[in-house]
Amino acid sequence: MKWVKMLLVSKVGLIGVIIIILFTFTAIFAPLIVPHDPTEVNLGKSSLPPIWLDGGESTYLLGTDNLGRDVFSRIIYGSQISMLVGVCSVLVAGLIGIPVGLISGYYGGLVDSLLMRIVDSQIAIPSILLALVILGFMNPTLLTIIFVIGVSSWIAYARVVRSEVLSLKEREYVKAAKTMGVRHSFIMTRHLLPNVFSSIIVISTINVATSIITESSLSFLGLGPQSISWGSILSEGRDYLATNWWVATFPGIAITVTVLGIILFGDWLRDVLDPRTEV
Amino acid sequence: MTYIIRRLFQVIPVLIIVSFLVFLFVYLSGDPVALMLPEDASQAEIENMRKVLGLDKPFIVQYGIFLLNAVNGDFGQSFIYKQEALGIVLERLPATFELMIASIIVSTIIAIPLGVWSAIRRNTFVDLFISSSSILGKAMPNFWLGMMLVLLFSVTLQLLPVSGKGTIYHLILPAITAGTAMAAQLTRMLRSHMIEVLSQDYIRTARSKGLGSFVIIFKHALRNSMLPVITIIALQISTLVGGALITETVFSWPGLGQLIIQAIHARDMAVVQACVLVIAVFVIVVNLLADLLYRVVDPRIKYN
Repeated sequence: MKWVKMLLVSKVGLIGVIIIILFTFTAIFAPLIVPHDPTEVNLGKSSLPPIWLDGGESTYLLGTDNLGRDVFSRIIYGSQISMLVGVCSVLVAGLIGIPVGLISGYYGGLVDSLLMRIVDSQIAIPSILLALVILGFMNPTLLTIIFVIGVSSWIAYARVVRSEVLSLKEREYVKAAKTMGVRHSFIMTRHLLPNVFSSIIVISTINVATSIITESSLSFLGLGPQSISWGSILSEGRDYLATNWWVATFPGIAITVTVLGIILFGDWLRDVLDPRTEV
Repeated sequence: MTYIIRRLFQVIPVLIIVSFLVFLFVYLSGDPVALMLPEDASQAEIENMRKVLGLDKPFIVQYGIFLLNAVNGDFGQSFIYKQEALGIVLERLPATFELMIASIIVSTIIAIPLGVWSAIRRNTFVDLFISSSSILGKAMPNFWLGMMLVLLFSVTLQLLPVSGKGTIYHLILPAITAGTAMAAQLTRMLRSHMIEVLSQDYIRTARSKGLGSFVIIFKHALRNSMLPVITIIALQISTLVGGALITETVFSWPGLGQLIIQAIHARDMAVVQACVLVIAVFVIVVNLLADLLYRVVDPRIKYN
């Protein structure tokens, strides 16, 4: 209840949550929402403008592309890929980054140096470039894309978790547990992990947003999953920008609004979970 | 001094790991021989080619050879361009640099006035508007922004060229596209830093001396915010390069981004390797310089 109240007080957080709920709803119930089959080619209806322009037709809300496919239905279906890739790749990133951060911060010394040099070397390769190169030799399927985006974005977890563990391990209760001979793995998972959890939640939220953008960039470059995604609709619309501007415009708005919602929610979460950052 | 030397030594393992990653990508990408030889090549020819390329040797030996060659700037031949891979990459590098420098200029031109303005008009409508715009700038995928700019300025208003490179007009839209995300981040950072600086004692002293607020803001406060601005740009250089690579494909800008995406699609691995390594070395050097500069300019920072 306290959370709901806090959410209602913060307008920004509320806007974020509403956008996220809408996005989730759209992705789950896509088949029920769409007025047309998103893959259905209908050359008789090709290049129809959005409904409010001259020549628009009532069931084609956002117009059609050059093959007569309904842009609105395609965008609705595209949300599924964004959602799936966004959430799952963040899980992959967390599964790599959190243990690395815990081990690096807890053990320190040589292990830490080695792991941190690996982190440094991944920072040196822009994550979109890393994803592109890995996809160059893996077939771009939904699974490989999730994996690739996860692998190229785990460093944020490793760095933040490590720096928090560095200060946490100096606390009395951790020292006490060590003196009592508690196993290292137990200290890391039971004493340290719960205390870095709020940071992990905040990074994850922002990471979902970044992953959605990365996925759409990859799709835009022709290395996305071979299904309808916001990036691929955009990429198809690019060749018809001068005549069918709506095909490339609306998926971009969908991406922007979704990412915006997640960023707003993430900002709000950071303020709520970490009162120290409040000015 | 010892710090600088230690920091330099840290770079070596990073370079080795990067080179290993780059090698690994190509190793995992499969046998390049099939792509290099004509389709009707006999088994003996394939075996021979593998020997010539050293592909019959164990993994670690292959990596050793790759590393040695890489240190000498030899990444092998591009089988598309029939030239030294590194040469092709270095030929494309200036175009990418040009785009990056232009986008840094654009982002600072946008961010400095906006960041300062929202800091001095803190918690007003102006501040709210600037803050929301900067979140929006972060949320937009840059390739989409690029396309929308083309739609508005090239297709509809016919003011600027759609794509390509040549005049300064060709540079405007790509620079805005690649610079917006950075501008958004700089604005937010500058705002919070300016707010902090403006509450410092020396600003109050300057005020009580009767100095005009213009002098205070631009001479005293902003100057102190420039260091974090430079640091943010340097630390974000990796993201900036990534953004530039994508922007290039939107505007057919003849830089590294276009080159590497073609190379990936064609599996021209020599070019991919050279590209990634050149970019990584560039990012490492910029980060190192920023780190050192930071410590030189601000001696309060501890050498840890």
